[in-house]
Amino acid sequence: MIGEGTQSSNQRRHSFVKDRVEVGFFTDPSVCIGCKACEVACKEWNHVPDDGFNWSGNSYDNTGHLGASTWRHVMFLEQDRQKGNQIVGSHSLGNGDGEDPFRWVFLSDVCKHCEEAGCLEACPTGSIVRTEVGSVLVQNDVCNGCGYCVVSCPFGVIDRRPEPLPDAGGAFKCTFCYDRQKSGLVPACAKVCPTESIVFGRLDDLRARGTARVQQLQQSGYNDAQLYDPTETSVRGIHAFFLILGEPEAYGLSPKPQVPTIHLKAAWTSAFATAIASIVAALAAFAFFR
Amino acid sequence: MTNDRPSENRFEQLRQEAWEKGVVPGKGVDVAGGPIPRKPGYYGQPVVRPPVWTWEIPLYFFLGGTAGMASVIASAAIIFHHVDLARAAMWLAAIAGAVLSPILLIIDLGRPRLFLNMLRVFKHRSAMSMGAWILTLFGACVVPGLIALELHTQQVVAGSLDQLLRFVAGIFIFGSAIFGTLLATYTGVLIGATAIPAWFLHRTLLPIHFGTAGLGSAAAALELFGHRVPALNFLGLYAAAVESALLIWLSVDKHGVADRAIHEHASGWLIRIGEVLNGPLALVLRLFGLVPLAAISFLSGALISRFGWIAVGKVSGADPEAVFASQR
Repeated sequence: MIGEGTQSSNQRRHSFVKDRVEVGFFTDPSVCIGCKACEVACKEWNHVPDDGFNWSGNSYDNTGHLGASTWRHVMFLEQDRQKGNQIVGSHSLGNGDGEDPFRWVFLSDVCKHCEEAGCLEACPTGSIVRTEVGSVLVQNDVCNGCGYCVVSCPFGVIDRRPEPLPDAGGAFKCTFCYDRQKSGLVPACAKVCPTESIVFGRLDDLRARGTARVQQLQQSGYNDAQLYDPTETSVRGIHAFFLILGEPEAYGLSPKPQVPTIHLKAAWTSAFATAIASIVAALAAFAFFR
Repeated sequence: MTNDRPSENRFEQLRQEAWEKGVVPGKGVDVAGGPIPRKPGYYGQPVVRPPVWTWEIPLYFFLGGTAGMASVIASAAIIFHHVDLARAAMWLAAIAGAVLSPILLIIDLGRPRLFLNMLRVFKHRSAMSMGAWILTLFGACVVPGLIALELHTQQVVAGSLDQLLRFVAGIFIFGSAIFGTLLATYTGVLIGATAIPAWFLHRTLLPIHFGTAGLGSAAAALELFGHRVPALNFLGLYAAAVESALLIWLSVDKHGVADRAIHEHASGWLIRIGEVLNGPLALVLRLFGLVPLAAISFLSGALISRFGWIAVGKVSGADPEAVFASQR
């Protein structure tokens, strides 16, 4: 069987929900083969509807970006850099003189399940909640589709599903397969990943695994391997973190993501000052200009 | 005829350009970017998501702001015994704030039938939740306030019962003024506390703009309804002066790439045109005594600028470079 004898918990039953253990995804592009099994498994298990097919022209990526009907998205990066000890050639045939490096990187993107989640803070209906395992869940039957989470997500993940798709009007994103996790099953994407590029497990285990993997890769010549886990920002860390090769911007990831609630103080101060100024102006107007 | 064909030198030139730049732009040829993508971020895909809101929301910002500040004018008018003006202001507040605004908000929802879920929780850290409660409480004050005021002025009942009505009207009208000022200003917080660069970079300006535009719009609307009193003219001058200052602030407070949607994109012109109409133009017209024209100019400016801010949010949210730049 594929994955037999691995150290990961991808193929094992667990009781993380019952034990209230913080869990996460660690996604590693250095072993991703770009098969998109995660996208397919996610859509099939969660009944995520077909949202159309468009040729993007962007490498082998015709999914585009995460959205209301795309909860896993395999990115295909084409970069003019060397991948580890990869032997690169040049435009002129023959000698591999390393003049024209080229590499292909695949990374399966997903909702980050932020420690300080913009969507959860913004939701006015209480539809978006934090689960026992630390993930962020949208309760579809409560959401009234106000659209405020859409502009509050620092990663552009959550979106409102348009007509005429099933369940249109509500906001959707990755559920971390909460339904599966409650039954001791592993999220669909991690379960099907043939190379364990997506690993599901305890967050502390995964962070150790990620750090070790970065060291291992750097020793093998992957000089630009690093973890993407913004713990030093107002987002205060993410439950689905990534190993990336190169800069986060190339993956559409903010180097310093911000949770929008940090702007509340300045904005409300300004609002209260305006409120008081308006009352004073109205009183003064009638007092002095009868 | 053969002169139209490129020479062999031209081909050499193209080959050289392709070799050096990786792309060759040409008429009728869509430059995909060659093997190495040259678009910012990940193939130019948005990093944060642009708003899904449509025309209902900017129109609500306009009507809600006008209604909220109309109740402030009503309160001041009651205190200084302008009862007719107070009645007109309360009617404006009730129709725009307690009838039209909720309708617009409900239409904009993805699932309008679940609109009551807005009152399921109270979250002070969600400007949307605060707004839902502010609008609800505003409606709960403005409607009984208007009814009590009308019953009192029509002298429906006499004696101590009338005194009670007068008292009740006062309480509810003052209550509506408190929630009204918040109704007019919270919308600036709503879009200021988001992940959209062009919005959050102006989180201090937005509540001032939305609140003051609401005050000026309420005064202008009441003047157009025939209440030409000096107090409203003063409020019109005040609002137009503040809006003029905001126009200057916005053109000085630039953030380069991060808020280029405002300064470089066509949707930014909506904001500027709106700000000119409700700022300097309304001010000058009023100083020349052309009150109705000033009122129309202010109202249209306040409306256009609200649409401008939403349009700018859509452009800015789709711009990956703006997001990266705004967080440096």
